[in-house]
Amino acid sequence: MSYFMESLAQLFGREPARPAPEEIAPEVQEIHRYKKKHKITLAELEAERQANREKGETSRWLKRRWAVLITVNLLFVVSYYFDVQLLEGALTASRFVGFHMADLNSALQVMLAFKHVVLNLIIGTVTVFVIWLLLGGRTFCSWVCPYHLLSEWGEKLHLWLLSKKVIKGYSFHRGVRTLFYVTFLVLTYATGYTIYEAISPTGILSRALIYGPGAALLWVGFLLLFEVFISRRAWCRYVCPIGMTYGMAGSLSPLRVVYSPDACLFGGDCRTVCLVPHVLDATIMGHARDTAVPIGADCTRCGMCVDICPASAMKFDIKGLSKVV
Amino acid sequence: MSDKSKTAKKGKVPLSPKRREQNRREFIRTSVLAAGVMGFSLLGFIPVVQGTSLRLRPPGALKEPLDEQKFLASCIKCGQCVQVCPVEAIKLADLDEGLGIGVPYIDARAQACDFSCDGLQCVLACPTGALTHELDYPADTRMGFARLDRPKKCLAIQGKGFKGQARGPDFTGILRYQEIDRWKPIPVADYPYDLELCDLCVRQCPIEIRIADCAKQDADQDRTNQALVAQRVGNECPPLHAIALEPIDNGDGVTRMQPVIKAGCVGCGVCEMICPPEPPAIVIDIDKTTDTVRG
Repeated sequence: MSYFMESLAQLFGREPARPAPEEIAPEVQEIHRYKKKHKITLAELEAERQANREKGETSRWLKRRWAVLITVNLLFVVSYYFDVQLLEGALTASRFVGFHMADLNSALQVMLAFKHVVLNLIIGTVTVFVIWLLLGGRTFCSWVCPYHLLSEWGEKLHLWLLSKKVIKGYSFHRGVRTLFYVTFLVLTYATGYTIYEAISPTGILSRALIYGPGAALLWVGFLLLFEVFISRRAWCRYVCPIGMTYGMAGSLSPLRVVYSPDACLFGGDCRTVCLVPHVLDATIMGHARDTAVPIGADCTRCGMCVDICPASAMKFDIKGLSKVV
Repeated sequence: MSDKSKTAKKGKVPLSPKRREQNRREFIRTSVLAAGVMGFSLLGFIPVVQGTSLRLRPPGALKEPLDEQKFLASCIKCGQCVQVCPVEAIKLADLDEGLGIGVPYIDARAQACDFSCDGLQCVLACPTGALTHELDYPADTRMGFARLDRPKKCLAIQGKGFKGQARGPDFTGILRYQEIDRWKPIPVADYPYDLELCDLCVRQCPIEIRIADCAKQDADQDRTNQALVAQRVGNECPPLHAIALEPIDNGDGVTRMQPVIKAGCVGCGVCEMICPPEPPAIVIDIDKTTDTVRG
């Protein structure tokens, strides 16, 4: 299966498959053989981690990302509050200095429910599609979505409670997100109502920030409590159709994280911090097929793995650019 | 036999009983999650089916008086209409309106649309056509239709005048008073009235104000500018009156004045907002427009 199809299949919920030996490039087999023979000790790994922490690299991308996320959402608020026409509207649809922008998933729902598309919506949708196609698709999730930020804080609490053995974490089948996706689209088309929009924490939070809070925040609070006490990052992992839409848009994106088994210490740190650890299957010893493995469409390009990796085996990369530069 | 060939083909090891139990539990958990989320999202239909999500909507809202399906379907819930409204008449609905969440509405008693933007800014701002671009002037809109709900409360019918702030000192609603500032609406509380007979609903009606403006312009024009007058298009000048004070005789021999709603009423809600008694004598019906009333 091609990298592209595999990456989409994982987005739709398929578990990553371990490659057969003949699918692994000879030089990668050599790397795996060598690294198996010269296993790094736990003490050495800890020393590498410590060094990474001391260099202050463990939150480099996190800081940038939070800064971008907060800035984008504040731009909406400031634009309205001070009546400067910079970024008008909300995350579902807006105008950036006059140019139409429309969230892909919201626009898709409106088109299916309304069954009629005005030119402005096409312009907005195409603009946003091109932007996220270039920037990585689910980059929207971790770099813009306000629910993602709250959910990240909830995740910290969840992991702390897990470590204290106060709670037990539960997981679900990832394929259910595809079920939600198809069901919401079919229902939206059949009933003529934008059903997901009514429960979307992204839309609710964005509007609450800009136009003031309302009872709808109770729903967002409920989702957060569910994530803190029952299932880690449940909404983003198993439900949100927005992530699915952007994942598909970004499946062909040139901007992605690339994994190099050559540098890897096989400590597995990246998979413990990842929102969607199945995309990091290649980082398991013996699973990488190539000397440079681009991470799949479900990846939100949040950079947590890049930050945590003590060996710089995870790097942001723009397809084709490294060859040019 | 078939089991054996399957395992041989895929190289798959049959699942251990423990693993199978885990899968079974995950399946049940996932089903519950799916049912929960879908169930909650379908709750949104309740206010829509019951009709409790019906509201006075901004100008151009794509709806029939009692059927908002098209409007709710086409609205992308971004609030750009909210942002451009100069009198901040437009609000976004909350979770209790189910599928109507995030959709714009107007609470006319608190702050009506007085068309002080003239150009229907909310319609121009709408990215999806939920506020249809097929109308150009206030007189084209069909938001609702005014009705004299409590005639006994009406000051004009009681033969009373009105002195002071129309809605008291604490009222935060604003209106454009052209003689004060053509571009900037001011608080109603900053504009006290002194009327021998209360005619606020007629006096402040945006349609009536526009008709009077047009008549004045026509009268002011000298012959050289007649060509400009002729260039007026569509309903730039409202073709029909919206409200007027007309005499009635209740049989007690005393002739009094009462507000009568005319075919030009678009249901903007300014009359409901400005009416001094509490509750107001005049209200907007959202289930009617001049088209449905006049047939």
